[in-house]
Amino acid sequence: MENGNTNGSEFLRVEGVVKNFGAVSVLKGVDMHVKRGEVLGLIGDNGAGKSTLLKTITGFHRPDGGRILVDGQEVNLRSVSQARALGIETVYQDLALVNELSVFHNMFLNSEMTVGPFLNNRKMKEHTQRYLEDMGVNIPSIDTEVARLSGGQRQAIAVARAVYSDAKMLLLDEPLAAMGAKEGALILDLIQRLKDERGIPMILIVHNYAQVFDVCDRVNLLRNGRIEYDRPVAETSVEELTELVVSEYRKARAGGSGE
Amino acid sequence: MSETTTARETPGAGTQERGLVGRLLVGLVRVREASIFVVLVGLALYFQAANSAFLSEQNILSLARFAVPYVVIASGLCLLLICGEIDLSVGQSFAFAPIVMYLAYEKLFLVLPLAVIVGLLAVALVGLVNGVVTVYLGVSSLITTLGMFFLLAGLNVTLTGGFPATTPETNLLTQALGEYAWSGTIWAIVIVAVLQLVLARTRWGLHTYATGGNPLGSREAGVSIARIKIGNFILCGVLGGFVGIIESFRISSIDPLAGGPDIVLLCIAAAVIGGTALLGGVGTVTGAFLGALVLVILRNGFTLQGISAYTYNIILGVAILIAMILNVYVARLRGAGRE
Repeated sequence: MENGNTNGSEFLRVEGVVKNFGAVSVLKGVDMHVKRGEVLGLIGDNGAGKSTLLKTITGFHRPDGGRILVDGQEVNLRSVSQARALGIETVYQDLALVNELSVFHNMFLNSEMTVGPFLNNRKMKEHTQRYLEDMGVNIPSIDTEVARLSGGQRQAIAVARAVYSDAKMLLLDEPLAAMGAKEGALILDLIQRLKDERGIPMILIVHNYAQVFDVCDRVNLLRNGRIEYDRPVAETSVEELTELVVSEYRKARAGGSGE
Repeated sequence: MSETTTARETPGAGTQERGLVGRLLVGLVRVREASIFVVLVGLALYFQAANSAFLSEQNILSLARFAVPYVVIASGLCLLLICGEIDLSVGQSFAFAPIVMYLAYEKLFLVLPLAVIVGLLAVALVGLVNGVVTVYLGVSSLITTLGMFFLLAGLNVTLTGGFPATTPETNLLTQALGEYAWSGTIWAIVIVAVLQLVLARTRWGLHTYATGGNPLGSREAGVSIARIKIGNFILCGVLGGFVGIIESFRISSIDPLAGGPDIVLLCIAAAVIGGTALLGGVGTVTGAFLGALVLVILRNGFTLQGISAYTYNIILGVAILIAMILNVYVARLRGAGRE
């Protein structure tokens, strides 16, 4: 945050991004931007294409049109690894953790430390231990299989893994889904600290609008394949957001009740 | 960590409170391979008690030689099963590689080392086709390799006219590749050791587990699951072909009918009895190795007792069912240990 090019300047810009799956057009020209140090909440109804948009930014899907700019440079992402090389890390809805593997193997999945051809398990364990402690993530043992952890612990590991490799930006797909109040608070706390201490820009897909106001600076509504609403959190309210989404539903019902 | 390590090496250690059965159960739960190892030792003791010829030098040699193809094929299948795929055609690759080698040697007049390489390349190509059709065309590997099974079965008979052929005459290479009494056994042990090392200690092994355990998640983490799957298809095919060449030198004969359904089904059974999950994500080469030994000892022991092959099949069927039920039960016990 010291040098002038940090907070406030734009990190990610999405221009007119289009994505079709066969005949179905999911994204019809999405414009969006995220500044450094900013947390953007992305809302929208089920099936609006929020996850698709995230997966396009992260290189999992290739866009059928439009451009993506990182740090003012147009990028042509062909793979998740390419996006990661640019510092764009993602925590997917399904967390992308392998239940059968230990915590530390999951932490380093696809960026394992090695000695010659062999895994350097000791070094990976040391790093995982220290890192999780730094982040305030509490895990009984880093040797346990991930299958044995609670939803909140799994989410925390997925977030920690995403941030670990020097993330410049973090994309989180419903980080609070299927989580109890206490575990949700743990994750919100983690996100808040990443924002305050590291100034990492984030895009958060959220369903619970109250949570948008807890951590987000700005909120975007994705509807009909476009961003139809873009406002700082300070200038809106839970009621307004709810009304935005519900009114569309009422309109659709009124229009479709011709039978 | 040291605590878990000792627990692994001596199952049930540190649980003085429980009875013997309790301790054994804890051991079985902690280490999947322990249960199959106990079964193996039990079988050996039983057959030795029933017939003292069982542990004679001659029978041990015959056991060791007979087990080689099963051990090697089960090990290759093990990696493929862990990454979530299966190869029903590997038994036919077992017959196909020596046939291609023979044709390259006899008809194309290649030197033997080159002919061996051509044979292995042929089965590598089979693995590649299995992998590409499965991964990129989205056909279930059960179907892909079932088709490949019949294709190779037909090729094997067509290429040889249906008659067995004699292997090239003895030299140093044929000695090393199976004619020397213990060569096959040495190859098998080396292959098991190397594969277990690859599985447990390398990125390839870790990604093999990850691919089978959570394919979508692995892709999201950037793991190239196509590369892992196709690579393991090729590995499985090449190992099957390689041990087919070894076996043909051992018996000095190349049999076009050597790849029948028996061998691949037994090897799948061996891997599964050894704790490999058919749905992927779980298993060890050591377990598949022990599973193969159990099946071979069962057959050999019953043969020594004069029990027919029919009975052997009945017992094998029951053994697989029991092993599977135990696996589910043990998994539930492990699950109960959580939280």
